[in-house]
Amino acid sequence: MTAVAEPDMTPAAEAAPAAVPEHEHEQKPRDILIICYSGELEKTWATMILATTGAAMGAKVRIFLTFWGLQVFVKDEKRITGDGAMQKMMSFMQRPGISHRKLSKMNFLGMGPWMMRKLAKQYNVASPKELLEIAQAMGVELMPCQMTMDMFGLKKEDMIDGLGEPVGAATVISLLQDGDAPLFI
Amino acid sequence: MTEQIAQVVDAKGLSCPMPIVKTAQAMKGLASGQLLEVLATDPGSTKDFTAWAKSTGNELVEQTVDSAVYRFVLRKK
Repeated sequence: MTAVAEPDMTPAAEAAPAAVPEHEHEQKPRDILIICYSGELEKTWATMILATTGAAMGAKVRIFLTFWGLQVFVKDEKRITGDGAMQKMMSFMQRPGISHRKLSKMNFLGMGPWMMRKLAKQYNVASPKELLEIAQAMGVELMPCQMTMDMFGLKKEDMIDGLGEPVGAATVISLLQDGDAPLFI
Repeated sequence: MTEQIAQVVDAKGLSCPMPIVKTAQAMKGLASGQLLEVLATDPGSTKDFTAWAKSTGNELVEQTVDSAVYRFVLRKK
């Protein structure tokens, strides 16, 4: 019954009846759940590339921020976080913030990341920070881990704007049980 | 037969994932049936745009290469 002949412009009135059910049967893409566990530059980059691409492809993307992965989402300008001496020491040894990531290999006191950023600029690769802003604008949900917040002594005001309410592992498992595509990075 | 291109996205020089991200963002502003033209230089975009169209249900109407510039015409579903 469908009168599909030419892809040229058919009058709107003629196209109207078929417009309703055609795409209704299409499967909604699976939601994507990225468990952002690591805090190294290359892994943060991968997380942000996959998150923005997932959102661009029409999938709902959530990122669970935990352990070293949570430190990435502390404001760049924060230097020391936490209350006790040990928490403060932790943030001193590993500077938080998305613009201060180190490489897991070839760090060489910051030479590696510096070269990587330079190459990225040369090849027009968006920085993790730029990708994070895009991800947030595209509706990617960021879910901080409550336990990691407590352990590192991180407060809401230490974190970048736009994070969701802190959640626990049960939320992650529940999303996985619902069929979210998992990525552990 | 020449349909009007509603918007052009110039993603030349940009690396993955920006051509796809910019395309998705531009597509949001279009009405169903309108055409979007994307220009890219990332060789990976050939496969990426096919995948993107398949996943999002938008139609990849045309795909051409001219001196290392990939041109895609997509119709919003």
